[in-house]
Amino acid sequence: MFTSTAIASILPEILILLVGMLLLVVEPFWKEEQRRNAGWLTAGGLLLSLILSLLFGQPGEPVTTLGGMVRFDWLGFFFKLLFMFAGVATSLLLMDNKKVGDRGEAYLLLLASLIGMNLMAASADLIMLYLAIETTSIPLYVLSGFMLANEKSTEAGFKYLLFGALTSTIMLYGFSLLFGFAGTTNLYELVDLFNGGTLSPFVALGVLALILVGLGFKASVVPLHFWAPDVYEGAPTPVAGFLSTASKAAGFAVLVRLFFVIFPDPQVELARGWAIAIAIIAVITMTVGNLLALPQTNIKRLIAYSSIAHAGYALIGVVALTQLGAASVVFYLAAYIATNLLAFGIVMAFSRVTGLEDLKDYAGMSRRSPWLGLMMLSAFLSLAGMPPFAGFVAKIFVFAAGIQAGYVWLVIVGIINSIIGVYYYLNALKYVYLYRMPDQDEENHPIPMTRPYAIALAVLTLGVILIGTIFAPWFSWSDAAALNLF
Amino acid sequence: MNFPVLSVITFTPVVAAVLILLIHAERKNETRAVALAAAVFALILSCWVYFGYDQAAGGYQFIEQYNWLPALGISLYFGVDGMSTPLILLTGVVMFTGVLISWGDDHPHVMAGIQDRPREFFAFLFILAWGVFGVFVSLDLFMLFFFYEIAVFPMYLLIAIWGWVVTREYAAMKLTLYLFVGSVISLVGVLVMYWVQYQNTGVLSFDMLAMESAGFSKTFQDIWFLPVFLGFAVLAGIWPFHNWSPDGHVAAPTAVSMFHAGVLMKLGAFAALRVGIMLLPQGAQTWSWLIMLIAAVAVVYGAYIAFVQVDFKYMVGFSSVSHMGLVILGFSTLNRQGLLGAGLQMFSHGVMTALFFAVVGMIYDRAHTRQIPELGGMSRIMPFATVGFIIGGLVSMGMPLFSGFVAEFPIFMGVWNVQWLVAVIASISIVITAAYIMRNIRQVFFGELPEKFEGHLTDVTALDKVAIATLCLFMIVIGLFPNFMVPIVEEGVENVLRLLQGGA
Repeated sequence: MFTSTAIASILPEILILLVGMLLLVVEPFWKEEQRRNAGWLTAGGLLLSLILSLLFGQPGEPVTTLGGMVRFDWLGFFFKLLFMFAGVATSLLLMDNKKVGDRGEAYLLLLASLIGMNLMAASADLIMLYLAIETTSIPLYVLSGFMLANEKSTEAGFKYLLFGALTSTIMLYGFSLLFGFAGTTNLYELVDLFNGGTLSPFVALGVLALILVGLGFKASVVPLHFWAPDVYEGAPTPVAGFLSTASKAAGFAVLVRLFFVIFPDPQVELARGWAIAIAIIAVITMTVGNLLALPQTNIKRLIAYSSIAHAGYALIGVVALTQLGAASVVFYLAAYIATNLLAFGIVMAFSRVTGLEDLKDYAGMSRRSPWLGLMMLSAFLSLAGMPPFAGFVAKIFVFAAGIQAGYVWLVIVGIINSIIGVYYYLNALKYVYLYRMPDQDEENHPIPMTRPYAIALAVLTLGVILIGTIFAPWFSWSDAAALNLF
Repeated sequence: MNFPVLSVITFTPVVAAVLILLIHAERKNETRAVALAAAVFALILSCWVYFGYDQAAGGYQFIEQYNWLPALGISLYFGVDGMSTPLILLTGVVMFTGVLISWGDDHPHVMAGIQDRPREFFAFLFILAWGVFGVFVSLDLFMLFFFYEIAVFPMYLLIAIWGWVVTREYAAMKLTLYLFVGSVISLVGVLVMYWVQYQNTGVLSFDMLAMESAGFSKTFQDIWFLPVFLGFAVLAGIWPFHNWSPDGHVAAPTAVSMFHAGVLMKLGAFAALRVGIMLLPQGAQTWSWLIMLIAAVAVVYGAYIAFVQVDFKYMVGFSSVSHMGLVILGFSTLNRQGLLGAGLQMFSHGVMTALFFAVVGMIYDRAHTRQIPELGGMSRIMPFATVGFIIGGLVSMGMPLFSGFVAEFPIFMGVWNVQWLVAVIASISIVITAAYIMRNIRQVFFGELPEKFEGHLTDVTALDKVAIATLCLFMIVIGLFPNFMVPIVEEGVENVLRLLQGGA
């Protein structure tokens, strides 16, 4: 059973586990004030795992390993790399977060949920999938409520737990129905059920809708988005960043694998019906996210709603159900992860010094710290979909996929939504670049950055620009991932 | 392999922008020096492209192609033809003069140029220039669009941060949203064209030269021509989508107004020609009457609104709408004279309006008002700028011996050949233009110098004079020696006509 392929297929998870064990052993020996260094250890360990996985864990032809539990292919692998990258950035950003970053448990929880995400991206079996989702979620419930003394954080953790538990139960019910109809828990054997099987379309779509509840919660699509703004606002900022990027992408990883596998041919009637349903959800998600982002005055809530809208854009690629559609979703998520982590990182770096999180507090920010201002410019313009930043190409690819599959109306809705987006992103930049602090003495209020922030933010900014300009390598990886679905 | 001049010229501004950002914020003069060096370098390269373009050979020259994303057929594919070569030169000239104008004069009464955060200013301005050069040289539709968007967003920051305090927030947001809406409408058309080409030929490619023979059906062209053309033409200030333009001009700092009216509006016209008319020629033939109609309205309406302005900068802004209307009018004729005139007018108007905005900026920096009735007697204080403005005015009126005549005459000739009535109506604008230009020259530059300005105003700086002289030089040279530019543009027109006649 434990062949070299099997080991290679879970190599990233094994490495992450090793990092976690090392952390457990070392951290108690450190003095209180040194414990922040656990962040360096986690980030370094994850980075090393990432490199080792790239060197020794690259998949070849797609195979199913570990008794049919895990699929070893580029789709899963590319997502794993993305999650680990997000993990590196998040642990760096956690380090100078008071009451969170100086406790080893935070990093351990982060690693645990990373293992879960990796398995989510790779699972080929409903049981494995459910376990992976729970492994991801439970550490994140704890992390969201990590700041016990802070009422908002506690509330965030509790809210996230309640919503998460409820939706995952509904999804589990969907899984059990699937098992009942198909007699198997293997994802790849479900194809027959949905293509020419005896299942009535009504039941089939109903079961899928139940499953979508759980995945939609992770990806925070409307109407399962209610938790997101409150949790993002209350949770420690780096955790919110992680939730809105890696955790959301993990939801998408499953979504993409599940629906592309059971609907290999987008022309089948059931697939078309399903695509229309997803298209409607995409429209609602984009529109609600963007419209609710407009009146926000708290920057974390603004990003929260904008990240809901971004889930909607990414769904356009899922609707397409073509190879380009899958590739564009994966590319979109890669671009989005880098961009949104950067945005949350800046919010973190800013509020660490000032303790403030309202948009109006960002007045004069570019004078207080020109570099932080430029980074924020990159992040927000990338979110708005402006070149030369990642968001632009990502959006074009998704739109191109939508048009290729014949959903011109959906793309037009997406475009109208991006126009709304441009408005509020530029509005936020107006505070940063145009307005001044009340007494105009920005020079006396610099925003110093500690080393972990400087490293993480610089790398993320570079990433956002690189994905947006030299997009060929990223796209060919996304394309390789998509190819495994067909 | 030859020296890759087009990619060097395209990427010079962005490299300069990064270098400028690395300079310490307090070292303002070094920032300016780097900016000027980069601008001079770009100007030299653009002259090289212009004079190196082989008129005898014609077609696309200085071609470079690098695979960028082969899976989707995206490549960095650069090349210039007779239409884009003058625009490269124009961009080089405006970039150079724009940097000179922004250098500033920190005389206590003046405060001209950019004193506040010049580092960020020049960096954003150069990112804008990067996008502009990129659009003019791209032969790949995806990259054209990429650069087009790059040219849009820095405008927001440049206007919002360094603009006129009263309207800058409003104008910057309005401008950005208008341009963004226009460009994304075109984007849908571009993507549809891409997939239809794939269906027709089986090739995934954004290569515009290949798309020329993609075999778009007549119905397809009729449906998609208008969104694509009008989407891009929003940036050319086409009526009735011109509203952002005067507001943007007025709110922008001087150098940005120069860029905006001088180069950016040509970007819209150029993209509308390249993508709209050249890739969808049959659609263009179907809809040319509509385009001609709205262009004629723009020409006359813009001139009339310019006539009634009392704000000097609004006047110039609306005169731009009118003159860009002439460019679109030239396009809409789809014949040799009209297109030739439009190509020349793009260059001529670019230098002329850059000069106008430069002079208006110089006056405003000193007098702190732009209300025409409050100004007067400027010729005594800034004779050099006065001469410059008068030359610009003569170009604007389409006087013989200046570039405006060389450009406008063929346009009207071309329109006459299609529909003489439109030519007659549009030519009313010449009279109106002459009226408001003359009136302003008399009021602002001659006449009494108001008492409150007595002794407070200073002459323009040496750098300003260099900028004015450079811009005037081109207007006079083209006016006296039309052969300086006409044959090159004719080459470009040939290419457009070939496509219009259905040749592949």
